[in-house]
Amino acid sequence: MNGSLLRRKAVNHLLTGLCALMVLVALLPLVSVLWLVIKNGAAGLSWTFFTALPRPVGEEGGGVGNAVVGTLYIVAIACAFGLPLGIGAGVYLAESRNGLFARGIRFTAELLAGVPSIVIGIVAYGVVVVPMKRFSALAGGVALALLMIPTLARATEDLVRLVPGSLREASLALGVPQWKTSLRVVLRTAMGGIVTAVLLSIARVAGETAPLLFTALNNQYWNLRPDQPTSTLTVQIFNYAISPYEDWHAKAWSAALVLLLVVGVLNLLARQMTRTRLKGAR
Amino acid sequence: MRARADTPQPAAARPRVNRGDRAWGLILSALGGAVLIIAGGIILSLVRVARPVFAEVGLEDFLTGQDWDPLSDVFGALPFIYGTVVTSVLAILIALPVALGMTLFLAEMGPKWLRQPVAFAVETLASIPSVVYGLWALFVLVPWLRQTVQPFLGDHLGFLPLFSGPPLGLGYLAAALVLAVMILPTIASVTGEVLKTAPVAVKEGALALGATRWEAIRMAVLPHSRPGIFGATLLGLGRALGETMAVTMVIGNSPTISASLFAPGYTLPSVIANEFAEAAGDRHTGALAALALVLFGITLLLNSVARLIMQRGQRKLQGRAA
Repeated sequence: MNGSLLRRKAVNHLLTGLCALMVLVALLPLVSVLWLVIKNGAAGLSWTFFTALPRPVGEEGGGVGNAVVGTLYIVAIACAFGLPLGIGAGVYLAESRNGLFARGIRFTAELLAGVPSIVIGIVAYGVVVVPMKRFSALAGGVALALLMIPTLARATEDLVRLVPGSLREASLALGVPQWKTSLRVVLRTAMGGIVTAVLLSIARVAGETAPLLFTALNNQYWNLRPDQPTSTLTVQIFNYAISPYEDWHAKAWSAALVLLLVVGVLNLLARQMTRTRLKGAR
Repeated sequence: MRARADTPQPAAARPRVNRGDRAWGLILSALGGAVLIIAGGIILSLVRVARPVFAEVGLEDFLTGQDWDPLSDVFGALPFIYGTVVTSVLAILIALPVALGMTLFLAEMGPKWLRQPVAFAVETLASIPSVVYGLWALFVLVPWLRQTVQPFLGDHLGFLPLFSGPPLGLGYLAAALVLAVMILPTIASVTGEVLKTAPVAVKEGALALGATRWEAIRMAVLPHSRPGIFGATLLGLGRALGETMAVTMVIGNSPTISASLFAPGYTLPSVIANEFAEAAGDRHTGALAALALVLFGITLLLNSVARLIMQRGQRKLQGRAA
């Protein structure tokens, strides 16, 4: 050991203090973001903010009603494609154990989970927007579905693997065929966890902006047709934020508050479900 | 039923496969195979949209070109690659010490009751959408940089090219800071997992021999965790490279290469975000898709290296435990 005891103790205290400081440094932006979104956003919240269409510059009032509906709509489209594929691929990975094919799929899913969302946006553009020759809710939904699939597949795999083998064996021993065992015993047991994973992935894609910029684009009006451009909360926040108008900046903060509430509620719901599930298991 | 001696044996001995089972197996394989098809589809459709540019400009000229002027069909990717690398590496340099210090404090030094609330806070940090970070950065971080940080750095360290130029607020520094905030949860959560697996016996041995807590960490915990921390860094880097919205809102959107961190720049994702929807014709669209392909390649490489490193680390651990 080098140096005197005093020096070594001083180094120890210094570095402990430094590490404690880092905890504060890490939490500072969180506090700042949450506090400012609430402070700047709360004033603009009202009933009309949720129900009205956006107004042009200079006109008072207006809201983001169409963007709220649009976000829900596009997330629903994403779920229609993404949930069956993501969960199905996850069940496949869990059931097929460690063949070469399964290992390849697992590695691919892991890599896909790391692909930047803006790249996925261009893919959806190439697959949906180019053949349809227009921006659409469908394209946005496909982009978000592509983002959901890899993470959902990996989460589902882990959850299905957690189901005790004895349950599966008991079912098979009673003469229940494989497919029925998978569906009615294994998947049902894992269902609570899978719902949690689904909630988390919905929370994640609901906050995505980049892949929607040139797939769903934006829309100043209500839209529920899958082949038309559609407004979303996130794209609306972006457009309001980079505009030069004070009034729109205030709207961006309010819309950000709405978005944070939606994402926060989804996350809390998922946490709560995990907690009750763990309690039930004990 | 009685089997007659001349009945062909193989047919009778074939195991009975439930028809439902076979269908279920096929459906599952198809769903699993869909992941591979998606991966192939991603690459194919990127290449297809990008092709007009590669045919015309050529890969090398595209990657090393320093000018970006879509109106005259001049496409050079270097300013964007430069901006992406500078902001991401800077973000890692900021986020890594913070994440490491924080996780070390929580795992080894601080009180145990602190762990859960901080873990919850970090999860919350990770769940905040990118565009909200962008909003915050644009209206809070950028003014602070412009009025306080950059004048201060300019006054005291202005002789370095890194901190020269007018304090604009928007630019590399702002983008790197907001990126650092956004990748902190990724690095912290992976690092936290790695620290948890550090061998307790070695650490306790060091403490018993009279090492201070820090010395025990330095001698027993850190060497063991090094590959994991390296992997976490690469994963964080991968996230930073692809992060779009927050960066787009504060980078300044100027396709130039500057040595100063105060200068406005541009990154691969942000130029795609800004120009793709209004791209002027196939070649512009193609050039942007080619940028996406470059980004895709870089993140793919980084992520596979990170996974391999962490997998090998895990295997080594399992080997040691056995």
